[in-house]
Amino acid sequence: MEGFLRSLQSEFYKTRKTLAFWSAILFPLLLCVLISVGFYYNSAKLIPFPAETQWFRFAGAFIGVMGSLLIPMLVIFQTFSINNIEHRAEMWKSLFSLPIPKWSIYSAKYLYAVFLNALCISLFATFILTAGHILNFLIPEFKFNQYDISGLLFKMHLKLFLASTGMLSIQFVFSLLWADFLKPMGIGFLLTVFGIITANLGWEYAYTIPYAHPMVALNNIMAQIMGRNGQQRAFDLMGKEIYVSLAVASIAFLVGYFVIHKRNIK
Amino acid sequence: MEPGLIIETRDLSYVFGNQTVLDKISLKISKESIYGFLGPNGAGKTTTIKVLLNLLNSAENNVFIFGKELKKNRIGVLSKIGSLIEQPAIYAHLSGRENLINRSRLLQVSHSRVEEILELVDLTDNAGKKAGKYSLGMKQRLGIGLALLPDPELLILDEPTNGLDPNGIIEIRHLLQKLVKEQGKTVFISSHLLSEVEKMITHVGIINRGKLLFQGTVEELHEESKSQIVIITNDLTESVNLLLVNGYHAEVVTGTIRIPYSSLEEVAEINTLLVASNHKVYSISQNKQNLEDLFLSITRS
Repeated sequence: MEGFLRSLQSEFYKTRKTLAFWSAILFPLLLCVLISVGFYYNSAKLIPFPAETQWFRFAGAFIGVMGSLLIPMLVIFQTFSINNIEHRAEMWKSLFSLPIPKWSIYSAKYLYAVFLNALCISLFATFILTAGHILNFLIPEFKFNQYDISGLLFKMHLKLFLASTGMLSIQFVFSLLWADFLKPMGIGFLLTVFGIITANLGWEYAYTIPYAHPMVALNNIMAQIMGRNGQQRAFDLMGKEIYVSLAVASIAFLVGYFVIHKRNIK
Repeated sequence: MEPGLIIETRDLSYVFGNQTVLDKISLKISKESIYGFLGPNGAGKTTTIKVLLNLLNSAENNVFIFGKELKKNRIGVLSKIGSLIEQPAIYAHLSGRENLINRSRLLQVSHSRVEEILELVDLTDNAGKKAGKYSLGMKQRLGIGLALLPDPELLILDEPTNGLDPNGIIEIRHLLQKLVKEQGKTVFISSHLLSEVEKMITHVGIINRGKLLFQGTVEELHEESKSQIVIITNDLTESVNLLLVNGYHAEVVTGTIRIPYSSLEEVAEINTLLVASNHKVYSISQNKQNLEDLFLSITRS
């Protein structure tokens, strides 16, 4: 356990100056700033709507792309970056010759990838919320302060996070296996497009495809909250796609450990 | 395991697919020695080192380090080893100091040790520079620094002199000798060039095509060296024929006659024989094979 905590600390220390870490912060921040600027200059179009609609329009601008493209791309990039640091420095052999159990090194790295994804997604929710209130401060005609979306917003992001854990774990194993960017990126991108198509076509078994999970989760959220006009907006956090995502994550985690454990460092 | 041995392998073999990379290697490395593990590229040096560090698994339990079987005592054994394998594994985006700090956190070594190591490997002035911008020699020194960080009892260094200029090699030699003399460490160092490590090692193991061809002290290696009598005469062919007829194992090598040396009396006898047969002897001398030639002849045989 101690080796695991030390490895986790080391993961943070060695990535703190890299894009792997900063992308998780800068990406949501910059995207939020850009979209907020767009809303600021086009405020007139949104102002006539009620507070709740204003929030859904604003947050929907992010969440729509998040489910389809944003999360998969970030997950592919971050899992690659975290493992690539070791590939590039030819560090695996050096790490595995240290007196630290291999499982500690591996699981710390895996958990760090999950943490970065959680950080990135929770920052999206935080920045969206903050940006809405800042917009309201700058343009008092907005009604963002008249409706509390925070609970719903964080729950949506939590569901997206859980839905992305399966594909994250698969991408983690890919980037563990291959040192180059093209293989994990190419396969990840192909499967993401496949996932989006199957989810959008409403294929009944789309929930079995990890790369479709964020999109399926998003569709389920929308289907549930949009059908409740005038009522309390609510949706189920757990669903078939989330259970499958978590099951895939567990299996991929074990597969990754097997790869590391059995790998003879040539 | 024999007392005093830090590393012992018993008939260690390793097979990649159907290729035998290591063939019954029995290493014996005693405490406070600098063991030079020599062999041409592809001889099996790095594979041996990887087995010693448990990066490759030996099929049998035949690797003993500090008296303990490696596979069963992996963490305990590795905690007393510092290693450098092939190119030093360094994070290029971190500075030299940060590389050491990162490792010190992993190994729970105090931060003051980081500064000591920077001083020891002469990188204090460049500690803040990104390691990716270091010269090859500096990277190599940082790699050795990383290996030394946990103050290990045993240092395993794979080709640490690779790509270093003569000054760099001398610096590493002094550093390793100091570590052995002053701190009682044991060093296992591999190289494909005997000349690079000849002056720093106390023991030698020579490996080629996966087989350990020689193992012993440097003095014992010198004893292996066979002296020759080197003769130059006015007619080498005639002289060689005369010597062969008289029972000497003579041959012509690069414009000289060579005969295995046995004694000074024999040199005098040969000289007398040649002179008595009207051969003009321009030069007759004894030539001791240098270590490099000996190394080459061992690995070629």
